[in-house]
Amino acid sequence: MQGSEQIRLGTMPFKEANEQVRASLEAHDAVELHEVFAQRYLGCALPAGKSLSIHGTPGNDMAAYMEGGTIEVFGNAQDQIGNTMDGGRIVIHGRCGDAAGYAMRGGSIFIRDDCGWRVGIHMKQYEQKIPVIIIGGDAGSFLGEYMAGGVIVLLGQAGQYLATGMHGGRMYLAHEPTPHNVSEGLEICALDAADERELEPLLIEYKERFPESANKVPPVRQFKKLVPLSSRPYASLYTANG
Amino acid sequence: MLDQVLPKYKVLRDEDECVQCNICVKECANDVHGLRKERGTLRADHAKCVNCQRCVFMCPTHALAITRWPQVDAGSENWTLRYMQDIAKQAQTGGVLLSSMGNPELYPLYWDKLLLNASQVTNPSIDPLREPMETRVFLGSRPGMLKVNEREQRIVSPMPIQLKLDVPIMFSAMSFGSISLNTQRCLALAARELGTYFNTGEGGFHEDLEQFGENAIVQVASGRFGVSPHYLNAGAAVEIKIGQGAKPGIGGHLPGEKINAEVSGTRMIPEGTDAISPAPHHDIYSIEDLRQLIFSIKEATRYAKPILVKIAAVHNIAAIASGIARAGADIIVIDGFRGGTGAAPKRIRDNAGIPIELALASVDQRLREEGIRSTVSLVASGSIRSSADIVRAIALGADAVSIASAALIAIGCHQCGDCSSGKCNWGITTQRPELTCRLDPEEASRRVVNLIRGWNHEIQEMMGGMGINAIDSLRGNRLMLRGVGLNEKELEILGVKHAGE
Repeated sequence: MQGSEQIRLGTMPFKEANEQVRASLEAHDAVELHEVFAQRYLGCALPAGKSLSIHGTPGNDMAAYMEGGTIEVFGNAQDQIGNTMDGGRIVIHGRCGDAAGYAMRGGSIFIRDDCGWRVGIHMKQYEQKIPVIIIGGDAGSFLGEYMAGGVIVLLGQAGQYLATGMHGGRMYLAHEPTPHNVSEGLEICALDAADERELEPLLIEYKERFPESANKVPPVRQFKKLVPLSSRPYASLYTANG
Repeated sequence: MLDQVLPKYKVLRDEDECVQCNICVKECANDVHGLRKERGTLRADHAKCVNCQRCVFMCPTHALAITRWPQVDAGSENWTLRYMQDIAKQAQTGGVLLSSMGNPELYPLYWDKLLLNASQVTNPSIDPLREPMETRVFLGSRPGMLKVNEREQRIVSPMPIQLKLDVPIMFSAMSFGSISLNTQRCLALAARELGTYFNTGEGGFHEDLEQFGENAIVQVASGRFGVSPHYLNAGAAVEIKIGQGAKPGIGGHLPGEKINAEVSGTRMIPEGTDAISPAPHHDIYSIEDLRQLIFSIKEATRYAKPILVKIAAVHNIAAIASGIARAGADIIVIDGFRGGTGAAPKRIRDNAGIPIELALASVDQRLREEGIRSTVSLVASGSIRSSADIVRAIALGADAVSIASAALIAIGCHQCGDCSSGKCNWGITTQRPELTCRLDPEEASRRVVNLIRGWNHEIQEMMGGMGINAIDSLRGNRLMLRGVGLNEKELEILGVKHAGE
């Protein structure tokens, strides 16, 4: 179980494509996919120790339920990469679509350029698992909606309705959002020493992975932190009435 | 200002029978009962009573009974005491009224207006005590055509993955968190014994129950609590929860108070935080998006598990179900507006959704008309109270039913509707160890098994009476039903004739 294999997907339907990719990943540690034309679910439930590199455009739900390993995309990704991801690393040399990292609980997603709407929605954390999303460009609206844990780093501008319903985790923003764009129950503050220790290595890794975009990364002191004021945002919403 | 909220119930204590044993004091987590110091006798704080009846059943001398609070309203049929008390409560707190269990309001109960057929003279009835009577059901999509090698007597066509139920009854989704682990274990034991399935709900799959995986359906809701490749493959099938009959359009929200260490570990979220699972899956805005989620789970399970999609019975349900069938679901679960819940906003519970009987009939009819009925199975839920309701549901087009309230009633639930407080005195909807230990999962599972075995025998008798010896022959067989007291439109939607026709 070693070495790598190359597969050309072309216009192969997703079910066959995934069968081939899975079979290849069982025999090899690394698989390279070429001429990828929007096949869905590539790298679905990818286990630890495996790596997948994708040349072309992977379809929706790439890396769904991913457990570990690495997926690197040389191109843009579509919607919902890293859906309910548990571990591992996704690197996108380009932009990605909506709802990336939906309910992810572990691992990290590095996006060189912009991302679509609702990225990081329902992101959570549990014990040692702290998921991370880094966006090199601008984010669409509703970034970090219902966010319950983990870290989002945004180097570009945030869209509207930033972090609506956020009740856990933290967001490091290179550009301070306009106050009317920040939902109720959230707070923008300066980074403390622990935050800086968390952010610094992520920025270094971004620069290493995307040297052509390294100039986008501002110094750590420029960042602001966005956090929720309460982990129980709806605690007083209800009144018991059997 | 004076609070205008009255007690709902009054505790009646027969002083002649009471032996001051204090059992009622110990049994009540709501602290209703206490010692009246000056006289040395027991008294009740009526306002705290939720009418769970734990003390009534535990009292060794039957000295206790609960009655409604005797206060009358001003006599208006419009401004009843109930509505006035709701207003008083909201004026006091400013909150959304939160209730549990199913819709208690006086809407038509179509089950009770459908009568069953029985054979006389011709097409004789069958005696289930003497003749084989098949109640086994397979759920999942069925192949459009079956190729058989006659010489070797085997099926050649690839068969889709299906669930095998020895009785046409499953247990509906109830998460660990909303119910206790002992309660979930009780249902798991019963499901294994009966050859059917229990459903984990959206709160993850506790490791102690993974041994029951062959009889488990694991659920995926918008919050994705505890969802991982291991979880998706740990049960016999995966259910996508879109909606629930008790609260159509409303999601799940387990308050931080109920997220203790065990619940936190199973859901994989920190202790004490709210577990929010909103109604919209923000990755689903269309049937095509639902298809994407269905197939992401099929990919993660290597196409080895049937996928159920659960929806609340609402307007346009037939078109919605048709879309779900076309999205690739193997089983559609339709939950009627009387379905129970651990917590729902009261106004939603009491006013949103439609009856399961009408929803089921219209979905079955629509799928038949479109020629896609055999691509999916239909499961009906949302207040199945007896075996007769099951026979009616199957005759209206269901392949099987799911029950939850009835199973909980079998193990001590008295429908008090106070589940969300976390103080269930019967140990069912609570996480407090001193309360959860009141429910012995082994003993309780025997009660549930008894109930389902009794119901299954009754189903066999009713089918036998109709001259039917397999539940497959009852499915969608609406000639076995007749309506009483229903108007033309209702009969048309239900697809049944009026009694006497």
